Amino acid sequence: MEIENTGREKDRFIVAVAGRMDAVTAPEFENRLLDWINGGETNLIVDLGGLEYISSAGLRSILTIAKNLKAKQGKIVLCTLRDTVKEVFEISGFSTIIPVCESVEAAVKET
Amino acid sequence: MPEITSPARMEHLKRLIQFVAGHAETAGFEIHRIREIELAAEEILVNIFNYAYPGMEGDVSIMCRAEDGSLRLEFSDTGVPFNILDVPDPDVTADISHRRVGGLGIFFVKEMADEAWYRREGDRNVLMLIFDKHRQGAEGRGRTGNVET
Repeated sequence: MEIENTGREKDRFIVAVAGRMDAVTAPEFENRLLDWINGGETNLIVDLGGLEYISSAGLRSILTIAKNLKAKQGKIVLCTLRDTVKEVFEISGFSTIIPVCESVEAAVKET
Repeated sequence: MPEITSPARMEHLKRLIQFVAGHAETAGFEIHRIREIELAAEEILVNIFNYAYPGMEGDVSIMCRAEDGSLRLEFSDTGVPFNILDVPDPDVTADISHRRVGGLGIFFVKEMADEAWYRREGDRNVLMLIFDKHRQGAEGRGRTGNVET
């Protein structure tokens, strides 16, 4: 899995994630994002366009991040979900608790 | 029948998933369906890694067979007797503050497989899953449960 900061739009911090978010790699995602959050970033836009797979371990990490940000009056918005990832979000009901947008541009408007 | 056996530890997850995905691909499954099968397989394996062998080491085996346009997977371990199909479904409507992820993995297994059957065979837990080429899901269709042995 690759995780990188791809830019900033005012106070929104944009992160791109690619590859697979499974039980082995999800902690790495969680730790990287928590580092940025602890560094002061509270408005995150996470571009999942390169993410081909996610399991419940990945959802657990995203939920941890979302709860952490909520406590800081911050926000996480996900965007550009591929079909398989979108399906996992819908079945789990996560699409109703985590904002999901079609594109980074739409996510910038949302936040 | 192709079979793989490995120590039930997280560092073997990738190799085990690749075994399953490879057989699904050979059986002619489309990539989206292969990802769904990988998801079910990961959730079962991680459950076995975390809970089957408390305080000790053990193995997990996966047997794989393509039949009549579907793929049959059998996961077995010699850990504590446990039917993961008995895990209650999570509340997928709870708001963010009350949301828990526990039980979600098993819920995915029941959603992604078209049949899910558990049996205790001697000292082994055996979970059999059947995946059709297009997902209909075992949950809610009565195609999930215990097999008397």
